Amino acid sequence: MVETKKEIIIECKNLDVYYGNKQAIKNVSLNVYDNQVTALIGASGCGKSTFLRCFNRMNDVIDICKVTGEIHINGEDIYSKEQDVEKLREKVGMVFQKPNPFPKSIYDNVAYGPRIHNLTNSKKELDELVEKSLIKASLFDEVKDRLKESGTALSGGQQQRLCIARAIAVDPKVILMDEPCSALDPIATAKIEELIIELSNAYCILVVTHSMQQAARISKRTAFFHLGELIEVGNTEELFQKPKNKMTHDYITGRFG
Amino acid sequence: MLKVNILGNKVSENIIRKALFLCSLIAILTTLGIFLSLLFESISFFKVVPLKNFLFGTHWNLQIPLRSDQAASSGAFGAVPLFAGTFLISLIALIIACPIGLYSAIYLSEYSTKLERKIFKPTLEILAGIPTVVYGFFAALYLAPFIKDIGQAVGLSVASESALAAGVVMGIMIIPFISSLSDDVINAVPQSLRDGSYALGATKSETVKKIILPAALPGVVSSFLLAASRAIGETMIVVMAAGLTANLTFNPLDKVTTVTVQIVTALTGDQEFDSPKTMSVFALGLLLFLVTLFLNVLALQIIKKYREKYE
Amino acid sequence: MNNKLNVKRKSAEKKFILLGRVSILLAFVFLAVFLFTIFKTGISGFYKSYIKLNIFFDSEYLELPKDYSDSNLRHADFQGIANKAIYKLFPNVKESSDKKELRKIISSYSNLTIKNALRNDKALLNKEVSLEIPLNSVFNLLNKGLLDENLPQEKRNFTDLQLSFFNQLKNKGLISKKFNWDFFKTGDSRAPEKAGIGGALLGSLFSMIICFLFSFPIGVATAIYLEEYAPKNLFTEFIEVNINNLAAIPSIIFGILGLSILIDFFELPRGTTLVGGLVLSLMTLPVIIVSCRAAIKAVPPSLKHAALGLGASKTQVVFHHVLPLALPGTLTGTIIGLARAVGETAPLLMIGMVAFVVNLPKTPLEQSTSLPVQIYLWAESAEQGFVEKTSAAIIVILLFLFAMNFAAVLFRNKFEKRW
Repeated sequence: MVETKKEIIIECKNLDVYYGNKQAIKNVSLNVYDNQVTALIGASGCGKSTFLRCFNRMNDVIDICKVTGEIHINGEDIYSKEQDVEKLREKVGMVFQKPNPFPKSIYDNVAYGPRIHNLTNSKKELDELVEKSLIKASLFDEVKDRLKESGTALSGGQQQRLCIARAIAVDPKVILMDEPCSALDPIATAKIEELIIELSNAYCILVVTHSMQQAARISKRTAFFHLGELIEVGNTEELFQKPKNKMTHDYITGRFG
Repeated sequence: MLKVNILGNKVSENIIRKALFLCSLIAILTTLGIFLSLLFESISFFKVVPLKNFLFGTHWNLQIPLRSDQAASSGAFGAVPLFAGTFLISLIALIIACPIGLYSAIYLSEYSTKLERKIFKPTLEILAGIPTVVYGFFAALYLAPFIKDIGQAVGLSVASESALAAGVVMGIMIIPFISSLSDDVINAVPQSLRDGSYALGATKSETVKKIILPAALPGVVSSFLLAASRAIGETMIVVMAAGLTANLTFNPLDKVTTVTVQIVTALTGDQEFDSPKTMSVFALGLLLFLVTLFLNVLALQIIKKYREKYE
Repeated sequence: MNNKLNVKRKSAEKKFILLGRVSILLAFVFLAVFLFTIFKTGISGFYKSYIKLNIFFDSEYLELPKDYSDSNLRHADFQGIANKAIYKLFPNVKESSDKKELRKIISSYSNLTIKNALRNDKALLNKEVSLEIPLNSVFNLLNKGLLDENLPQEKRNFTDLQLSFFNQLKNKGLISKKFNWDFFKTGDSRAPEKAGIGGALLGSLFSMIICFLFSFPIGVATAIYLEEYAPKNLFTEFIEVNINNLAAIPSIIFGILGLSILIDFFELPRGTTLVGGLVLSLMTLPVIIVSCRAAIKAVPPSLKHAALGLGASKTQVVFHHVLPLALPGTLTGTIIGLARAVGETAPLLMIGMVAFVVNLPKTPLEQSTSLPVQIYLWAESAEQGFVEKTSAAIIVILLFLFAMNFAAVLFRNKFEKRW
């Protein structure tokens, strides 16, 4: 099957990340393609979550974290002084490991982003946007009659889908997901994985996962990290069946991690 | 260690346990003692001055001589001016303390640099440690004349012991109280909520206004109630900076008196312990006790009720 | 891609930060103004003005025989010989009304200074010696530059004539200012120049000791009971609710309690540091209980299990192992609680510690006052001379509170163990 050539939407060059004196990410260069899922795998502590947080500059929140190198999204340097970080995060959304819906209604959770970024002009438009986002997140049918109820009253899997709907509502180009299923049960996990594959048709998705099986299931490309270095990146099938690097091979076969 | 023999046997274990239990009863006994002593003496008071006159009367004057065979004249113990005065001064204090205290807490926990924290956290702690009598002195000697001079310069007539002066100083005293309580509730909001808001592209102020404060709201409201309770029960600042004569007004530039001031005034000078003037102390004290108790319990209930909301 | 934040959102953020900064600055500015004002007015209170007079201990005038008794001393007119000394400096002043104004310059309690000089050195009788005599409060203030000479005479409390006398004395170099150690040693007085905080300091000391003696054991016992022995039932919860409540009751109500139960019912003496200390101990109790409980909770269970495993009884575990480890934390909280109690005024007013007491109290059963109450009493006084004394007393109490809190922090840092 001939795959349509995907566009490179994220270019990362010579990225270093320091926590105080400790270096967490060492000289990583990586390109990420649009409209597909790219998985970041590796043993715990290898820096994949830190790496992920560079793309929406969530590392800025941490005082002792220092980032050097370049990241371009759609050709624009996201660390330039011209870039307001709030605008960046409108374009690069994030879903966290533990679902973190706001203690507000389901509607208000999804409407939060559009409201602060003034994306709609009327209540009707906002209603439609909320509905659309919940549909895209495969949650609408389950909550359509109780949009006023608190988002924290939902089950774990539903909460995570709510967080995804929330992220989608601001119309991002990229969605970052940091181990989105690790706090969920297998059934909820399966639902989320299905959702991620479907969303990849419309968004560029980066997923950090500690499960190789999950990476194999949902991603087209996989990047393997070890102790802050990018060891190997490539087509998921090829990486898992014919890894080029010995370390990758050891990780995949379970020698460590 | 000789003590080993004394403590080891069952009899002494029991005795010690009972002794510890008795000590812990003192807290209850104290509350009970307060409530009962206030209640009994108030009942004696209300035999002489009807409850209705006390709660709704608008004329308070302890100087009216009462012949021992005469029932209290209905106007002398009307506590409404006291309630109004207490309310006015406390309101001024809260208007100052709540915004400054809350914004200080927000700034210190969300925005401040290490250096700023090093300077301003001790500032608040020192303000909290200043005895209220010292605040009262400052209010009476410096702030009240200052306000009066400003008022006269602008053409307003200001009493020499305005409610404003007492209220402002009381507000400053309460700032650290609100700031530290608010700081606790703001820090209790989980970081994951902040992260979720930042990840959606919200600014810090938007995150504070739309996520953190609403989540911390029960705690913040509770701290305001506790501050109100503190303001109502405050004595020294008002004794020194507010007036002694009852005056029913809501003008902050006027002189007013409060419940606590009258409690102190009623006991100066020599009277027999049973005169209505002295007994009014207990009625006022009972009222003060009940009101502050109510506010404290309400504050606690609000925190309890909403604690489940996001835990 | 639009990279810049909406101007409206940016300015909203800036405004918000500004509000925060302004708020803490307001608190800081008030503290600065407050401390500056108090220290400026209070420093002068630590100094006393004197005039150097040649005092002649005229035994005839004083009616003191060669072997005089104490009662002779008591009736001797020492103030008179002070007056004589100052008249001698102005031989041209003859009118009795002028002389009256002249002698008002020196303190009307000068007799005590002179009497004590004679007491210390009996050989002074019939000799002339130069003594430093304290100035009257008004001139004490004038010497420190605290009174406005330019006001019209009716608005001042010294006349033009007195001012000229005073300036002449100054030009002769007879007026001096010395550090007022007596401020810490003497009790209250009607004359501001003589008033000191000695009585108040002792009163506060006695109150604190009694407060500690009652609240510490009971507080620790309650904390031990609640943490180690109390069953988790409704009654225990009731005790805990009561303790939390006590912490929030206005202080004046504790005063009313002290009045009605300690003084009226138990008939303890009114206005004594015994009653004051007891009332303060009830207020300090919740603080000690809370800090002791926290300290006990912080002791790791593994230590308790080790002791129990060796066959120690519950009481032995608590008193031999838990309590010693919880003591530092408890003491830190106690110091903080006592610091709060030192500054309390309202309850002490209610139980009568407002007496004008000149003599220093020797026992907790004597009528006394405390430092904050003294500040209150002086603040209420109409005499201008008390302003600097009040501020000086405030400086003393603030320094003392600072020292206590500092000690608590040091103590906590030294003994805080990280398990």
